[in-house]
Amino acid sequence: MSLNWLWLIIKNALQRRGGTSLCLAVVAMLEASAAYAEVPTVTNIFKPLSTPAESIYQNASLVLSICAAIFLVVGGLLAYTIIRFRRRPEDESREPPQVYGSNQIELAWTVIPVLIVLVITLATTRTIYDVQGALPPPDTVNVTVVGHQWWWEIRYPDLGIVTANELHVPVTESGIRRPTFLKLESADVAHSFWVPQLAGKIDLIPNRRNQMWIEPTQPGTYVGNCAEYCGMQHARMLLRVIAHTPEDFERWVAAQKQPPVDDPQLRAGRDVFFSTSCINCHAIKQTRANGQFGPDLTHLMSRETLGSGVVPNTVENLRAWVRDPQHIKPGALMPNMQLSDGELNQMVAYLSSLK
Amino acid sequence: MSTQEIALTPAAEISLPLTARLHDLVLTVDHKKLGLMYIGTALVFFALSGLMAFTIRMQLLVPNNAVLPPDVFNRFFTMHGTTMVFFVGMPIIAGLMNYLVPLMIGARDMAFPRLNAFGYWMTLFGGALLYFSYLAAPGLAGAGSAPDVGWFAYAPLTGRAFSRGSSTDFWILGLLVSGIGSSASALNVIATIVTLRCKGMTFMRMPLFVWMVLIVSGMILLAMPPLSAAQVMLLLDRFLGAHFFDTQAGGSAVLWQHFFWLFGHPEVYILMIPAFASASEIIPVFSRKPIFGYPAMVAATMLIGLISVGVWAHHMFSIGMTAMSNTFFVASTLLVGVPTGIKIFNWLGTLYGGQIRFELPMLFCLGFLFQFLIAGLTGVMLGAAPFNWQLTDSYFVVAHFHYTLVGGFLFMMFAAIYYWYPKATGRMLSKNLGLWHFWLFLIGFHLTFDPQHIAGILGMPRRIYTYDPGRSWEIYNMISSVGALFQAAGVACLVINLLRSLRHGTIAGNDPWDAWTLEWSTTSPPPEYNFEILPEVRSRRPLWDLKHPEDPDWKYE
Repeated sequence: MSLNWLWLIIKNALQRRGGTSLCLAVVAMLEASAAYAEVPTVTNIFKPLSTPAESIYQNASLVLSICAAIFLVVGGLLAYTIIRFRRRPEDESREPPQVYGSNQIELAWTVIPVLIVLVITLATTRTIYDVQGALPPPDTVNVTVVGHQWWWEIRYPDLGIVTANELHVPVTESGIRRPTFLKLESADVAHSFWVPQLAGKIDLIPNRRNQMWIEPTQPGTYVGNCAEYCGMQHARMLLRVIAHTPEDFERWVAAQKQPPVDDPQLRAGRDVFFSTSCINCHAIKQTRANGQFGPDLTHLMSRETLGSGVVPNTVENLRAWVRDPQHIKPGALMPNMQLSDGELNQMVAYLSSLK
Repeated sequence: MSTQEIALTPAAEISLPLTARLHDLVLTVDHKKLGLMYIGTALVFFALSGLMAFTIRMQLLVPNNAVLPPDVFNRFFTMHGTTMVFFVGMPIIAGLMNYLVPLMIGARDMAFPRLNAFGYWMTLFGGALLYFSYLAAPGLAGAGSAPDVGWFAYAPLTGRAFSRGSSTDFWILGLLVSGIGSSASALNVIATIVTLRCKGMTFMRMPLFVWMVLIVSGMILLAMPPLSAAQVMLLLDRFLGAHFFDTQAGGSAVLWQHFFWLFGHPEVYILMIPAFASASEIIPVFSRKPIFGYPAMVAATMLIGLISVGVWAHHMFSIGMTAMSNTFFVASTLLVGVPTGIKIFNWLGTLYGGQIRFELPMLFCLGFLFQFLIAGLTGVMLGAAPFNWQLTDSYFVVAHFHYTLVGGFLFMMFAAIYYWYPKATGRMLSKNLGLWHFWLFLIGFHLTFDPQHIAGILGMPRRIYTYDPGRSWEIYNMISSVGALFQAAGVACLVINLLRSLRHGTIAGNDPWDAWTLEWSTTSPPPEYNFEILPEVRSRRPLWDLKHPEDPDWKYE
């Protein structure tokens, strides 16, 4: 199923034909895209690295193979018929034999598809129950994911951690199962949680509680998107799942449990933050900032991106974001706070200390 | 009716001044004029909404492109989907049904000519209302205009809290009004077919086209009410503070999805069955054989109609239904594949042993057969719930339903236009330009939609106005956008052909394709009263019987 493999075949075929300039251009294009594929943001559903995604992949492979076989048989028959029975010059004066139908043939092409449907349905039912019926083993991590326009709130109720846009989980290694079970909710409109290598998508629907689970088997960063249209910035509602080894995960948990940094030298920036309406929407633990509408900022700088995957989380980008979020992500619900340059510098200095 | 209608021959009509002709279009209750007005309206909306699709593709040509800002992009895909389904698909099938049904069953008009005109004008006003939003409605972002909630308008994005202004109201009202038109037209088709068949035309002697649009009309009557009801409920939510879909007040977002797809899935078949109907007329004529398995085709269409009202939740596999519900909808969805397969096999059986003539209508038909086969098979993949959890709301779905609606439906509508244009205008479309249209559009179609399957498998979600580089989507989007250019060029050939052939096409005569159904027995274009003497039939192919008195069909049926 690997696309690179497909590339190689196409490329070789084209090269062997001894390349006109068009062929060369196509090869160059293929190579360019193969180069992109090496960037570690894989979202290929046929490269599963998690238990439920693997179950889906197996079912999908079966269905895909059956469909491909049907296509070859029926498409082949169709092509054969069209070529074999094309009109020839000698047909001009006569009509072909008029055939009205055949009950036996009708029966055959009814029964065979019914059997195929039966096979696919049974195999699929099994996968549905495998994925949906799974029970959490003892070491399961429980997470609540809340969809917002246009970011993800991520809560670990058992650990007391609240973060955003990046879901940190342990991997299942050497037989010790550490799946993560997600409760999915929404604060506003419908969203959908989709990290293709880890699981299929399940929607986050307001006033409804859904659940799904993931169980990555390799450490790494897995990228995903919101997959249900949720308004203006649906495209910029990216999602990252960072799978750690169990030890790294414990370290991450310990770091997130730390109280926020409170550096006396950055008091000025802190004061700007607490005296503007930032705190109506954002929370910083153990302070009076306890807003719920925006992402929790207690450990802001521990995250990789800003604006739910719009830009890398660097101090320069943070400054640009605070100055005018609308410039980076038009329509985002965070307003331009109209800070002076001095206030902006102080505030960014404070925020960038929240490691 | 028929007593007043002797007035105008087509030749006399052309000599009338433009205003008189326009005035006549407004007043007419003639099924043929209304049919052509429906199709003309559909083609105008098609061009409009095609341009939107083209702009969408230009925006997605390269990552982080800035042809369209996000709000405009969202309006475009909303308007593109809504227009294509309600103001291209629905009017074009209404036009075909109106134009052809009376001619095919040997009648002088529809059963209710005034209702027919009412249906057309409601459709047109519905479309006008929808597009009026561009002038009158502030959108989601508070500025600009036009609906931007997607053609499916999922709750609660359509609630007052998230969709301020009135763009969503225009969406609701435009569709409500045109829905009344569609229902009127469906009712009329049923009444016409049941009561106005000519002497000798029993149900089992009707052309398959007539059978299939009869079933489609029944489906329209079943499918429109859930949508209309849901839209009224949404209006109540938005204006009178009801809470059907208002999740912040305990309403249900999922309820909207059930209502919408209870309409939305049958709607797919409402569009597809008239395409099947056209294929069932065109394939036999250009294979020079009767349709293979007529009774099986009728039964398969009925089964599709029946099963299609029990599969809607396969659009909702990702909303977190129970495993039991998911299993049920997998089974029912895959089951639709059986009667659909029967149809493909019967068309294959019709081709087999024939003498296939590669005229333009047939070329589009053959394209349809292959593309619809693929669309059906990707439909099976989407019907398997686990695979669907990965594929739904990805570009794979975009590819799948464009294979169905462009590769299937639109190809067949083109085939129908090439096939019946000589009947409607009296002149043939240019074969040369038609071949340009066919090949450009075929290449464009495959360039655009084939790579989208792969983009979806690589995790590209739908309805995103842009994407970052580095997820191996670039090449597929680029090919896809280049394909849009080819499609646009193909459609341009069609438009030129349609206009040019009106004056310059070769004269068609009554029966240019050597066909067998009643519409080819009258003049091209048919007189206002259709048939001087109402015909009488003894078989499914009355013109075959006439042309082959030594071997008529009625001996075998």
